[in-house]
Amino acid sequence: MSYVAHDASAFAPPAEVQEVELYHAKTWLGKYVFSQDAKVIAIQYAITAIGIGVVALVFSWLIRLQLGFPNTFSFIDPSNYLQFVTLHGMIMVIYLLTALFLGAFGNYLIPLMIGARDMVFPYVNMLSYWVYLVAVLLLVASFFVPGGATGAGWTLYPPQAILQGTPGESWGIILMLVSLAVFIIGFTMGGLNYVVTVLQARTRGMTLMRLPLTVWGIFMATILALLAFPALFVSAIMMILDRTLGTSFFMPAIVSMGQKLEYAGGSPVLFQHLFWFFGHPEVYIVALPAFGIVSDLLSVHARKNIFGYRMMVWAIVAIGGLSFIVWAHHMYVSGMNPYFGFFFATTTLIIAVPTAIKVYNWVLTLWRGNIHLTVPMLFAIGFIFTFINGGLTGLFLGNVTVDVPLSDTMFVVAHFHMVMAIAPVLAVFGAIYHWYPKITGRMLDDTLGKVHFWFTFVGSYAIYYPMHYLGFLGVPRRYYAIGGTDFIPESVQSMNAGITIAALIVGAAQMVFFYNLVRSYFKGKPSGGNPWEATTLEWQTPHTPPTHGNFGRELPVVYRWAYDFSVPGAPQDFIPQNVPPPEAATGARDRA
Amino acid sequence: MTITLVFLALLLAVVVWWLVKQSINVQPWVAGGSTEDVHGSVLVQPTLKLGLWVLLAVVTSLFALFISAYAMRMKLGDWNPLPEPGLLWLNTGVLILTSAVMEWTRAAANRGQKDGVRTGLFAAGVLTVAFLAGQLVVWQQLHASGYFLGANPANDFFYVLTALHGLHLLGGLVAWGRTTAGVQRGVALGAARLSVGLCALYWHYLLLVWLVLFALLLST
Repeated sequence: MSYVAHDASAFAPPAEVQEVELYHAKTWLGKYVFSQDAKVIAIQYAITAIGIGVVALVFSWLIRLQLGFPNTFSFIDPSNYLQFVTLHGMIMVIYLLTALFLGAFGNYLIPLMIGARDMVFPYVNMLSYWVYLVAVLLLVASFFVPGGATGAGWTLYPPQAILQGTPGESWGIILMLVSLAVFIIGFTMGGLNYVVTVLQARTRGMTLMRLPLTVWGIFMATILALLAFPALFVSAIMMILDRTLGTSFFMPAIVSMGQKLEYAGGSPVLFQHLFWFFGHPEVYIVALPAFGIVSDLLSVHARKNIFGYRMMVWAIVAIGGLSFIVWAHHMYVSGMNPYFGFFFATTTLIIAVPTAIKVYNWVLTLWRGNIHLTVPMLFAIGFIFTFINGGLTGLFLGNVTVDVPLSDTMFVVAHFHMVMAIAPVLAVFGAIYHWYPKITGRMLDDTLGKVHFWFTFVGSYAIYYPMHYLGFLGVPRRYYAIGGTDFIPESVQSMNAGITIAALIVGAAQMVFFYNLVRSYFKGKPSGGNPWEATTLEWQTPHTPPTHGNFGRELPVVYRWAYDFSVPGAPQDFIPQNVPPPEAATGARDRA
Repeated sequence: MTITLVFLALLLAVVVWWLVKQSINVQPWVAGGSTEDVHGSVLVQPTLKLGLWVLLAVVTSLFALFISAYAMRMKLGDWNPLPEPGLLWLNTGVLILTSAVMEWTRAAANRGQKDGVRTGLFAAGVLTVAFLAGQLVVWQQLHASGYFLGANPANDFFYVLTALHGLHLLGGLVAWGRTTAGVQRGVALGAARLSVGLCALYWHYLLLVWLVLFALLLST
């Protein structure tokens, strides 16, 4: 590691070099495959997650083909259709979004943004990725076992998940549950790292209240995940036992295919409680990192400090806390005590308060900012629109009386895709366009990026806006075919066909993105160290892409928050976090 | 879910209290003053200890959720409590003794008595294996008297909870093995002190979990 004096910290008092024992890889295998460097692990997480995500994207095309053009495709039978629906949901929520936000962005950004050389437990961090890979492979293996993958819906509700008649009830469901359990073990290894690194490894001067909001979002989401994933683990273990050893945790006495089964007395609602105790925090596990990333993108590309930083931090904490006491709003039609419904509707609506605070603060950050409509900024603004849309339909579904008729209709599908699929994915794209120059040293192509943005953004609305109307009409979700149903007019079919065409176009537009990723890696414009003129520490590294150890010989010292943009009197419109105060005000050379 | 929620509320209260301390009277937009608080940013020394505490929080969440499920499933009509074999009391005694030995080993490490550490670790390992063997015998006794897995939810929960607790002890034995190997190799006293301290903390924690589980089994 060579010492490079970079001007930003040249006048800082000689920083005490922290003794950090970094494991330096000696072999190619140790450097690129079994690497303990958080940045390499991040890339591995990202490639695996996006790879399996593309599989789920193809599944969504197949779902849409069936819905848009029924009786056309002979290779989609009802069982396949249910398997596609199940795996699309499961992969997107857990294996793509959770792994990408926490495993990939968490690993890449946390050490760089807080001024650390690496995660605090690099070996465990490496294991975390390999365990995640095993979970993904188990999931993929379930496509190929006898009976195929499970088709129980991504919520895997018993009793149907393990009864004859549901696709994959023999092997698919077991592999699915084992894969989830393995995923959770792997995630816990990574999650310990993210939390402890943020708490322990911040560089000098990086107080909690100077952390970029991206780190806050990932940090809080990791805490949620560490505490909520055990609920999924518990339900997976108990369902595996119900399926394999004949226990009756969730299985009631039941007659299946004319045969009385051995089960007796179990409670499917117990599973729903456990599942949603994980499932609702999961929404915020993917939303909080998106909140953080979007806050930082808006601030950088509007050249303006984030509005209400402390409020933003407290809103993240409040949302995280509240997300644990709203789970039963997914269960209004499960037959639970109606008073519970009243309680959970109230808590659900309360969560709108900190969320609305965040939205107002984003808008106020843009207000009179020097807005650069770069590709990351377009995605960040797109996120705000989409999140508001999805959030507002959440108010409908949070109220018991409105929810009951809308339950299990396309309205629900439209709502959660807007709020926790499209919105976080827009944040992911914004983040990739923003940080790609740091990861590779090259810019992504701007024109291709804008094409990608407009097709994705407008296309998503073309998919999901009409879907709300289908829901109002009562079109049910998860159905292979609607058939002749009295209350559903003929025109629903043409709307479904239109949605399918939009979905195919949006999916194809993602190929532009992948092409851009690959092409720019070789032919992109060299970016330099800080192309967006951002303030956070990852942009102040001596090398781009950062080398092992991130910061050369000396760790940066932090003197200010991450949002010193357009400070009156400052020579530039941004002041990096590691620039000491007097120099920033009077110009660095006076002090020399 | 009440039990889990109580645990989470306590945890959240700690987080909020700590965060208020960090953020009250702080004006994030004011620059400067960063060279003094060199170690101000570190929460717990050493870092491994904080790592273990976070892990214990996750494990607590896991057990709390199992106990919540236990409480909910118990209310459904078909619950037939199973008798607690007398051997469980002996096992509990062995686990308490293990924890005491671990504590004694930690004290020996702090005093720098290498022989004491070696003896203590060995004894703790033997006692842990004895506890696990005792639990297996309990399983056999229950099985022999007809309390099978799958026959009744009370049995199912008994087997699952004891297995889960046993697996956590087995995981602890891996850390114990690494610590023992390190002490045999003669690692620096500081490192040995740290690993022994972490082992002791983990064993105390699993004793506490076992006492809660045992109390739960006895009371239902």
